[in-house]
Amino acid sequence: MLFLLIFLLSLLVQFFLPWWSIALVCFGLAFWKAQYGGQAFLSGFLAIGLTWLGAALFWHLVTDGLLSNRVAAMLTVNSPWILMAATVLIGGIVGGVSALSGYLIRRLWV
Amino acid sequence: MKWIKAILAVFLTVLLIYGLNRTYGVVPALGPFLSPYEGFWRSGSDDDFASEELTMEGLKATVQVRFDSLRVPHIFAQNDHDLYYAQGYLTAKDRLWQMEFMTHAAAGRLSEIIGDRALEMDRYQRRMGMVTAAKKSLAQMQADPQTRAVLEAYSAGVNAYIAQLSAHEYPFEYKLLHYAPEPWSPLKIALLLKMLAYDMTGYSDDLRMTNNLRKYGADIVQDLFPEYPFQEEPIVPVGTRPSFKPLPIPPTPAEFMAGVAFHTLERQKPENLGSNNWAVTGARTANGYPLLASDPHLNLSLPSIWHVVQLHAPGINSYGVIIPGAPGVGIGFNEHIAWGMTNVGADVLDWYEIKFKDAKRQQYWHDNQWKPVRRVVENISVKGGPDIADTVLYTHHGPVAYLPHEKAFRSGNTPTGHAVRWIAHEAQNELKTLLLVNRAKTYPEFRQALTTWAAPAFNFVYADSQNIAIVSNGLYPLKWPGQGKFLLDGSNPAHDWQGWVPMDQVPQVVNPKRGFVSSANQTPVSPKDYPYYLGSSFAGYERSARINQRLSAMTQATPDSFRLMQTDTYSFVPRNVLPTLLKLVKQDSLTGTQRKAYQLLASWDYRFEPDKIAPSLFEEWFQALARAIWSDDFPADTFKAPARDRTVQMIQQVPRSRWYDDATTPQKETLADLVNRTFKAVTDSLGVGGEEWLWGNARNSHIRHMAQLPGSGQQLHAGGSANSINALNGSHGPSWRMVVQMGPQLQAWGVYPGGQSGNPGSRFYDNLLNDWQGGKLHPLLFLRAPNDRPAATSVTWTLKKN
Repeated sequence: MLFLLIFLLSLLVQFFLPWWSIALVCFGLAFWKAQYGGQAFLSGFLAIGLTWLGAALFWHLVTDGLLSNRVAAMLTVNSPWILMAATVLIGGIVGGVSALSGYLIRRLWV
Repeated sequence: MKWIKAILAVFLTVLLIYGLNRTYGVVPALGPFLSPYEGFWRSGSDDDFASEELTMEGLKATVQVRFDSLRVPHIFAQNDHDLYYAQGYLTAKDRLWQMEFMTHAAAGRLSEIIGDRALEMDRYQRRMGMVTAAKKSLAQMQADPQTRAVLEAYSAGVNAYIAQLSAHEYPFEYKLLHYAPEPWSPLKIALLLKMLAYDMTGYSDDLRMTNNLRKYGADIVQDLFPEYPFQEEPIVPVGTRPSFKPLPIPPTPAEFMAGVAFHTLERQKPENLGSNNWAVTGARTANGYPLLASDPHLNLSLPSIWHVVQLHAPGINSYGVIIPGAPGVGIGFNEHIAWGMTNVGADVLDWYEIKFKDAKRQQYWHDNQWKPVRRVVENISVKGGPDIADTVLYTHHGPVAYLPHEKAFRSGNTPTGHAVRWIAHEAQNELKTLLLVNRAKTYPEFRQALTTWAAPAFNFVYADSQNIAIVSNGLYPLKWPGQGKFLLDGSNPAHDWQGWVPMDQVPQVVNPKRGFVSSANQTPVSPKDYPYYLGSSFAGYERSARINQRLSAMTQATPDSFRLMQTDTYSFVPRNVLPTLLKLVKQDSLTGTQRKAYQLLASWDYRFEPDKIAPSLFEEWFQALARAIWSDDFPADTFKAPARDRTVQMIQQVPRSRWYDDATTPQKETLADLVNRTFKAVTDSLGVGGEEWLWGNARNSHIRHMAQLPGSGQQLHAGGSANSINALNGSHGPSWRMVVQMGPQLQAWGVYPGGQSGNPGSRFYDNLLNDWQGGKLHPLLFLRAPNDRPAATSVTWTLKKN
């Protein structure tokens, strides 16, 4: 449930707001809905990771990987897939940690 | 415990976001950069390019833009304002980051976007007075109503493009470096024009030459660095008498030798910074009308140095290339005329030794009195650090940019130094020239347009359907012969620039008897045929000799003959020197590999072809030999070694010279000793096998991204050499090849290493690179009217006024 909520709302806000808005979404929804710390982190991690994976994959394919290959070479990782894994990981960690924070803050009152 | 956990988690979240939202040196801000919603992932696509209708604030009427298959915009406007507005908009669409980056570089503002790594570069730009110079020229351009209107319309167009961009649409490099575009302005256009002057004329050998003079005296320097080379084919054919009444030449003052100075900032002219252009009369072409070719050689980079555009409005229909960020067409043609440029390379930058009154450096000595020094404080913003203030001292000569004994930048050591007198500090209206040339119909109109072009001086080649011409045009200081070859005396008014060569007395050739005109940066005119001194270190004669050799032999020239010429890899350097060198090699002392190398060279046809080894052997050998001859007498860090053509002359004509002896050894070396030693060393290190020694690979030519980003450039594999017509040399080479067939139905062809788009993720970023390497030209679609050949373009943008 939490996963789905984060997924849908973060997908929506990212089209309009800067990248760090994902942290607000995760924080807020976890504050509201999360049951356990592990659940909060995982939901945030997976939901954000998925929104980033989906979009990165979409643009990679649509652009024939022209730019992703160049950026991979520039960052010396040499494969756009590694770049995509890094993207998903970074998005996921931000999502997970901010969701966890939301849960832990709410726990101060209950 | 709960509290600690919660605070820790929130703290970690905030830290993470802060940490991911900023750059670290070369590491981009990973959060926004990697986010596929605003970062680089979505910078790639340009496939959805389709016809559309856009509404724009600031247009006066509807503008139609037709894009051809190379995505060149053909702009059809109903008035000049809309024409340049649309050009600004469309250039920004393709090249926004590049044009802003170049103006930041020119203005000494790179530290703002890449941090203190760029500080020295920025300081140098400020010390050279780039912004001051640009502001002066801007005032001149704004005083003229026509150029003022163009500057403003173009800037408004760029700004209209910037205004409708949201952050996720910023060009890739903004995302990488984590900053946003700022508004465009006429000053930036002035800066770009100054940058051009800087690239072409911002060099000097004056300090090194002064060191030569101090070490060896005037006679030897005169012998090794002659005012006019022993072999030359000047642009103005020898024996053409000037038809004007010259101004009196300033008297040569008593010999002056500047005090000892040390500095590392002197920017030396790269050998063969150059270009080619030529034209032949109708009598020499297959269709009876003149043909013109132009290929400017520059440091090749991506995004492409040039942006291609067609500009059509009442009174103008012009096609060609221009530096992105500047209005108009730089090298190109219109329905009546075609033109191209090569750098002249006249000496228009001189250094003056300044004598300050005291350590406060508020006054300097000139013309027997103390004159005030003007101080300008330059503020340099630095990304991730405090601003830095740098004080630049100005004399009437110019800024005191050269700072002997100066310590590192941030030390508080205020220097004494040399003031720079540089043509780029003169206010002139180069933009006016472009606007008028784009509209010119006849040679007199073209010639008149050139009179406001001060710097950099260019050899402007010209053709219409009856005439050909070439003009070495620019603003030249009126000098005594040899003035500025060495450091000058800043206190002696006789050393000041004394005035200017009148603009109608610059070297020119119109419809010469020989039936062609050409230039390749060589000496414009023999001193016997011209009263004024323009400089003494022009490009060697080899490239021009090859051009003239081929043009003289041409009788039924076609555009394809010119294309083949532009990709000619033959060089006069080995032709002149290699037979002499090979004769000196002691063949019986050679090993098997050395003998093989010898045979490769002996049977070589002097063409620098990519799949041959001989060019690599020759190039390495000749350079090693030149080093062996000169580096003991003229160490490169403080002295200037004699030019290549002077070295060749000596090898050919002076078998016994003091210069062959290696001054660092007790024994006496001869030319034969050096030739044999370097030949063996080079062949042993190269061998004659190995793919990597094929010329196309050996010289390791690259075309790189402007900001040196790995992954956004490409290795090149092509023929040519610094002294071939196809002057590819390292990453320096033909940046635009154009051939124009004049006549009632003018036709043109062109190619450049790159493409229209500045986006590394676009197919149009480097789509022409392979054709350029392969020596192909593309027909250029020159439309006569908005509805001319509707099938030739598939995408049309209609820009409507709001």
